[in-house]
Amino acid sequence: MSLEPIALEGSRLAANVPAQHRVVDADQWTAAARQLHDAGARLLTLWGADDRDRDGVFRVFAAYLLPGRALVLELALAAGDPTYPSLEPWFPAASRLQRATRDLLGLGAGEGDTRPWLRHGGWPEDRFPLRRDVSAETHVPGVPGPYPFVRVNGDGVHEIPVGPIHAGTIEPGHFRFSVVGEKVLRLEERLGYTHKGVAKRFEALPLLEGHRLAARVCGDSAVAFSWAYCAALEAATGATVAPRATCLRALALERERIANHLGDLGALGNDAGLAFGLSQFSAIKERMLRLNQNVFGQRYLMDYIVPGGVRSDVGPRLVRPLLDEATDVERDVVALKAIYDEHAGLQDRFKGTGQLAPLTAKAMGALGLAGRASGIDLDLRVAMPWAPYGDLRPHGVLSMDGDVAARVQVRFDEVMESLRLNRLLLEQLPHGATSVSIPALGSRTTGLGLIEGWRGPVMVALEAEVPSVIRRCHVHDPSWQNWPLIEHAVTGNIVPDFPLINKSFNLAYSGHDG
Amino acid sequence: MAPLFAGWVEQCRALLQNRSAPPLWQPYRMLRKLFHKEATLANHASWLFRGAPYVVFAAMVLAAAITPSLTTELPAARVADAIALVGLFATTRVFMALAAMDIGTAFGTLGARREMMIGFLTEPALLMVLFNGSLMAGTTALPAIVQDTLAQSHVTLHPSLAFAALAFVMVLLAENARLPIDNPSTHLELTMIHEAMVLEYSARHLALIEWASWLKLFNYACIGFALFAPWGIATHGVSLGGTALAMLALVAKLAVAGAALAYFETTSAKLRLFRAPEFLTMAFLLAVLGLLVHLLLKA
Repeated sequence: MSLEPIALEGSRLAANVPAQHRVVDADQWTAAARQLHDAGARLLTLWGADDRDRDGVFRVFAAYLLPGRALVLELALAAGDPTYPSLEPWFPAASRLQRATRDLLGLGAGEGDTRPWLRHGGWPEDRFPLRRDVSAETHVPGVPGPYPFVRVNGDGVHEIPVGPIHAGTIEPGHFRFSVVGEKVLRLEERLGYTHKGVAKRFEALPLLEGHRLAARVCGDSAVAFSWAYCAALEAATGATVAPRATCLRALALERERIANHLGDLGALGNDAGLAFGLSQFSAIKERMLRLNQNVFGQRYLMDYIVPGGVRSDVGPRLVRPLLDEATDVERDVVALKAIYDEHAGLQDRFKGTGQLAPLTAKAMGALGLAGRASGIDLDLRVAMPWAPYGDLRPHGVLSMDGDVAARVQVRFDEVMESLRLNRLLLEQLPHGATSVSIPALGSRTTGLGLIEGWRGPVMVALEAEVPSVIRRCHVHDPSWQNWPLIEHAVTGNIVPDFPLINKSFNLAYSGHDG
Repeated sequence: MAPLFAGWVEQCRALLQNRSAPPLWQPYRMLRKLFHKEATLANHASWLFRGAPYVVFAAMVLAAAITPSLTTELPAARVADAIALVGLFATTRVFMALAAMDIGTAFGTLGARREMMIGFLTEPALLMVLFNGSLMAGTTALPAIVQDTLAQSHVTLHPSLAFAALAFVMVLLAENARLPIDNPSTHLELTMIHEAMVLEYSARHLALIEWASWLKLFNYACIGFALFAPWGIATHGVSLGGTALAMLALVAKLAVAGAALAYFETTSAKLRLFRAPEFLTMAFLLAVLGLLVHLLLKA
């Protein structure tokens, strides 16, 4: 194994943020991982591609976040023996990504956990649905197999299996608690129940329709995912979006952030038994959603962002109601924040619960909102601003406490900051076109879209080929990094506090399972 | 009457939370719906699981029969006093917990465990509260206590009763799976106490359990009225006028109590589970204080 330091630079990669691309061999793959880890970089995502029809190899890609830029490493794998060195020793978040890549493409990481992750027995072990010679049409019988959870032994230790079907109408995920009395010794998650084969579906779509599927990867982040897709597409094809369209996109993204944060703040109150909070915050959120319907034509802003711009303009008549609404929301949120801050019972439940220490968060590669509540100062809008965030100069929010209260606080602060950006965007909306046409594709090309959604960085890596079709599209939700954090945050807490801790992260099931 | 009270509390809660309220008779609709459904039982459910709802419901009806809610001339009151009443509540708890464990799910056991923890803390507190009243009247029979209080010509505020009343309210909240101990409207299975125990029940069994828990809340309210605000309860024989008056008084008191309960629930958050013992020890302490005040100061 080479211990030579390798240059962490590469050729420019078409993206909405500064990004580079570099082809490496297996030794460099490992060396780069070590170097990147030591340099404090974060693993954003890992994915594979089946290029046997083109040049006879599989490829595996790893995207890292460095200060101010993204770096994508590419490693070619022989078709006969598609294995690559595991990144898990340096980046724990790689573990599940590697397991998922093996389930979908049969690309194995050298070591680590060999249990399936996304494959729940829905297809046989030797079938890899994302390979290009596997048809999405053929039906295969399910082959459910055992899934050994890690057992905790000891006097009085027992397991509580929870889910995937829960007592309320919520998304499916399985949580295996090992407890003594009410104290949680260990939590192990099992996800993948909502795997829909989004990546495979992308490959059957024309280039200009992919944004619609992207918007549906995770319903609460429709804007972030569709923007990331469109950004990747526009970067790949060299299209330049008009300033007015980018501002309207940012407006939609901030509205999505505000609406989701408000919903979470209400739900957090409710999970602590304060139903008053839920009804108040829900009312504000509902007002926003109704205005979305009037102004943007869809409550959750689905399909508002289209390749080349936005679907519809926001006319001068609509700016006033949006500004008025921002004032109303701000007033109500300030009032509710005072109530939350002064409610002794609520603060007692929030403070110190589900603590995720900054060191753990750093080691685990925490991203986004959950990371910012544990001292990880990374907000892509600040760190690598894409248009129009360079002009907006958003302020990053940070807390070092890492408990439920910190995640509540970060949400409150981000809502206020987003309201400020919202107002700024509306007041300084540039004139001009809201949509440009996407040039026809001349040759095979790739693009990267990286957007700070409300949960954290959302990434779309797009490989397009003539005639304007998607060859491979990888979408990444920050929940991949953040789900394992909950396992750490909940350890040592009591069982009845888990729902509150889980809600304070509020991670995606659908966005993660893909 | 009991489902109506539950409906009223729900309505107050909804109003206080800016929600549109369900109709007052919603609990009756719920019962009708549940009685019409087909009961689903786990394969390995024993007679205990099937029988528990009937036992629990019967115990609650019996408890209602010995609680002087309208009149002190109760046919059943001769055979059972306040201590028997506590015993009845304990019986229902034991059967609920056994049934929950019988089914063998993690949640049943979890709920049963938590319920027993709450139970062994509330029972002594409840007994102490009842003794407060008993000491004053010199009897443990509830109707006699009511008669004694009503027989006093003037309204006096007993400090011991004030302590006891406070303790009683705390016990009531804990025993009836209300906030801040349990959340009656939660869907989070890991935080449940009472709900976790009844997760496996359906149809008529669930209907009986729901009905029993409404009856329990109603009984508790009536015990509270009997001890601390017995005005209006008919004392001399069963006369139509007296009963009608008592009925009116009861409805008025229930309305006030329901609204107060809803207000308290809306403004408070749920306690962390391990804070519950502190809450209940406080109730016990208050009840004991009440007793001491009575014994030492004769107040």
